[in-house]
Amino acid sequence: MIDFDITPLLPELLLSISAMALLIIGVIRGNHSTVILCWLACAAFAIAACIVLRMPWESHAVLNNMFVIDEFAAFFKILILMGLIASLALSVEYIYLERMARFEYPVLIMLAGVGMLLMVSANNLLSLYMALELQSLSLYILAAFQRSSIKSAEAAIKYFILGALSSGMLLFGISLIYGFTGSIDFNIIRETLSQAQAHSPGVTIGLAFLLAGLAFKISAVPFHMWTPDVYQGAPTSVTAFFAMVPKIAAMGLLLRVLMFTFSPVSGDWMQIVSFLSVASMIVGAFAAIAQDNIKRLIAYSSIGNMGYALIGVVAATPEGAGAVILYLFIYMMMTAGVFAVILCMRREGMMVSQISDLSGLSKNRPVLAYAMAALMFSMSGIPPLAGFFGKLFIFLAAVQQGLFPLVILGVLSSVVSAYYYLRIIKVMFFDEAGEPFDPGMSFEKRAVLFVSVLFILGFIVKPNLVVNSAMSAAKSLSSSNSSDVRSLVD
Amino acid sequence: MVVQAFAFYLFAGILILSALMVITARNPVHSVLFLILAFFNAAGLFIMLGAEFIGMILVIVYVGAVAVLFLFVVMMLDINFADLRKGAMHYVPLGCAIGALLLFELITLYGMWQKSPTLQANRAVPSEKMADLTNTEMLGTILYTDYIYAFQLAGLILFVAMVGAIVLTHRTRPGVRKQKIADQVSRKAEDVLEIVKVTSNTGV
Repeated sequence: MIDFDITPLLPELLLSISAMALLIIGVIRGNHSTVILCWLACAAFAIAACIVLRMPWESHAVLNNMFVIDEFAAFFKILILMGLIASLALSVEYIYLERMARFEYPVLIMLAGVGMLLMVSANNLLSLYMALELQSLSLYILAAFQRSSIKSAEAAIKYFILGALSSGMLLFGISLIYGFTGSIDFNIIRETLSQAQAHSPGVTIGLAFLLAGLAFKISAVPFHMWTPDVYQGAPTSVTAFFAMVPKIAAMGLLLRVLMFTFSPVSGDWMQIVSFLSVASMIVGAFAAIAQDNIKRLIAYSSIGNMGYALIGVVAATPEGAGAVILYLFIYMMMTAGVFAVILCMRREGMMVSQISDLSGLSKNRPVLAYAMAALMFSMSGIPPLAGFFGKLFIFLAAVQQGLFPLVILGVLSSVVSAYYYLRIIKVMFFDEAGEPFDPGMSFEKRAVLFVSVLFILGFIVKPNLVVNSAMSAAKSLSSSNSSDVRSLVD
Repeated sequence: MVVQAFAFYLFAGILILSALMVITARNPVHSVLFLILAFFNAAGLFIMLGAEFIGMILVIVYVGAVAVLFLFVVMMLDINFADLRKGAMHYVPLGCAIGALLLFELITLYGMWQKSPTLQANRAVPSEKMADLTNTEMLGTILYTDYIYAFQLAGLILFVAMVGAIVLTHRTRPGVRKQKIADQVSRKAEDVLEIVKVTSNTGV
């Protein structure tokens, strides 16, 4: 019978109901209540994170097996909620300065957040698709949020059209998978695939289409074309949000689909994912060299970083998955700090985003410059900062599986990408000083930057804290609710 | 059987012809009208398949709402469709090549299609259990029970779409004079009228 237990959905229910409540408050009180709504939304995220922490984490699926909660999902949910709090806190001042403080902003971020939380808990191709669409639709709107800017509108249109195309590919892939297995339930698909002796080419092609749709969401090459334009055109606070959170959710979804549902046909997807990984690393490393806009640079850097994370997926072991989770966590913390600095780049009340605008930062704002330098060293993977360990665990997991070509390419491209990270440090410390930025830095940005720098510097002191929980979250994935399968098939 | 075959070819023939007219008609209003005709014929095909619910939805939603909306947009927006089509001819060879490739791939794919041996057992809702129900009843019995999660999620997606449409288009205009009926009713004569005694030969 159907399990109508909705307690595992409590965080999502809380967030969606409070999004509606905030919308009502916003409609009544008008746009000047935006700042209060932002903090209320942050409080809702924090409460949701507490609920996730207090929830029983042993794996079980509810609502006709469409929604699953396990340690893997819970860990990702906490990551996503942390990212949501950080990105909303970074936006508060920015949306006022850019005159785009409308009360729908926190509401849309919350609804996107609900979509992401549901994505990592999807246990069915239907709930996968619906959660993905809930998330993407909110993101398209956020990209267009600055209505007066043509660039923002262009970014949103590009994102929307390419996103719709990728959804189409995803659905086509799902239809082929359904055509072979006769089910959209992850458990049944896994069971069917592991029993079948010969695989129909339909499943392989369906899986390829499914992967194309998901690769679009994590902006892996060759589905990355939208990323630089969207990152550059969207309002900077939205770019910070895009860079930090949605990719974590999409990667969580990808991990569950590949390492749990399609693990019986891992030979089929490994080639595809290796290609995505290598192409992303190379494009991310070389295309970023030519950029002078810092938002575009971060876009290419995020493409490259997804390439490294995909190496861990190719390893297809619990260690690999754990390394991916750890990598995403560290990447999110670093990006939060980088955007806290980027959002301070204002001259005479206008946002500037050229890399050359950072020149002389070490003289005008030494604290900001040293924090940014630490973040850039960490991004380029220089020990003993956190970014180094992220890459280390990924490469270790790959070496254990004998994926030497991937590891060598990964190390080489991270050497290339070190060039553009270090170039930012060179501009900040050794170039002719330009006009200083507008003084002052809001409390939220200080707090985010402080936490981020503290994390990357202090990771070496107690690495086991994060590493162990990431590894045990990854272990729960491969063993996830396989016990219910039999009862369901009978 | 003959009647059925006749009905099928009638619906299918008109469907293909009107679909062709949608993309070739010069006048965009004619295109939309042909689109409506295409929807009606597709609905006929669905009903012949025994999927009367989808057929009805097609008529109600697509003809009743979507196509009429298209018609409004086409009539109200001043778009020069001839200009839009100008560059399109350049892409015809490339488009045909890609289309042919896709068609070839799909034919090969479906030509060597295999089903999983457990396909029948895997089905979520075996239709034999519901053999004596109509289409609409079948959907109703599972939509709010087995698929309540997806149903609610669809509601949330529509909610986002609604919020988005308002965020991206709604503008508050300053200086708009609105009629305030309460103010008008509560106005008193002494607030607005002044009675002046005018003596002759002095003016007001």
